[in-house]
Amino acid sequence: MTVLLVAVGAAVGAPLRYLVDRAVQSRHDSLFPWGTFCANTTGSFILGALAGAALAGASSDPVTALLGTGLCGALTTYSTFGYETVRLIGERARLIAVLNAAASVAGGLGAALVGHTLAQAVIA
Amino acid sequence: MTQPDAPASVIDPDVDLRVRSQRRELRRAPWAVLGVIGLGGAAGALARHGVDAALPHRAGEFPWSTLAVNVTGCLLIGALMVLITEVWAAHRLLRPFLGTGVLGGFTTFSTYIVDAQHLAAAGAARTALVYLFATLIGALFAVWAGAAATRALAVGRAAKEERR
Repeated sequence: MTVLLVAVGAAVGAPLRYLVDRAVQSRHDSLFPWGTFCANTTGSFILGALAGAALAGASSDPVTALLGTGLCGALTTYSTFGYETVRLIGERARLIAVLNAAASVAGGLGAALVGHTLAQAVIA
Repeated sequence: MTQPDAPASVIDPDVDLRVRSQRRELRRAPWAVLGVIGLGGAAGALARHGVDAALPHRAGEFPWSTLAVNVTGCLLIGALMVLITEVWAAHRLLRPFLGTGVLGGFTTFSTYIVDAQHLAAAGAARTALVYLFATLIGALFAVWAGAAATRALAVGRAAKEERR
C-alpha cells in the first residue's frame, strides 16, 4: 500500500515540477534558475508543514507516504538543482551559481520552518 | 554523429525554454510528455523509498540514505546530459522521462531540508550543518564527475572508431 501511495504522489509531483518550471521560466529572462527554485521552496514548505502536523499528531503513515515521500519528494529535486549550479559555473556565471546554492538552501530552510510553524499553529 | 537538438547553453535539464524543441514539446504532445515524466517520477521515488528502507535513520542520526540518493542522482544527471546533448541523437521523450522524471523523482530537496531541521531539533545542530554542506559539495562534484567521465569515455570511443 505504502509503495502505491509513494508512486501516486510522485506521478503527480514530477509533472507538477515540470509545469511550475515552465510557467516560471516563461515569466522571466534571467540566468537564475527561478523555476527549480520555486519548485524546491514550495515542496520544502509542504514537507515542513507535514512534519509540523506529524509532531502535533495530525498526520499518519499513509499521508506521509503520499504527500511527503511521493509528492514533495518528486516535486523537489537535487539533480536539477545540482546540474544547474554546475552549468552556471561553467557559463562563468559564478556569482549566480553561488547565489542559487545559498538562496535554495536558505529559502528551503525558511519555507520549511514557516510550514512547520503554520501547521502547528493551525492544529493546536 | 547527428547534431543533438540541445545547444551547449542548456542550464535547466528539466526543461529549458531557450531550446526551441523544448519550448514546443508541451503543446506538441502534452499527454506523452507529462505521462513519461509522471511514470519516471514514480519509478525514481520508489527507488528512493527503497534506499530509505534499506538504510533507515533515527532522529539525530546522519541521514546517509538521502545523501546517497542525492549524490548518486547528481552523478547520473551529469552523465545523462552529456549523452543527450553531445553524444546521442536522443528520442524527444528521453530527457523528460529520465532527467525530469526518474532522476527528478529519485532525488529530493525537501527531504534534504527537513532532514537538516530534524537534526537541529534533535540537538545535533553541528551534524545538520555538516549534512547540508556535505550534500551540496558532494552533489556538485558528482554532477561534474558524471559529465567529465562520460565525455572522456564518449570521446575515447569516437577516436577509436575513427582509427578503424
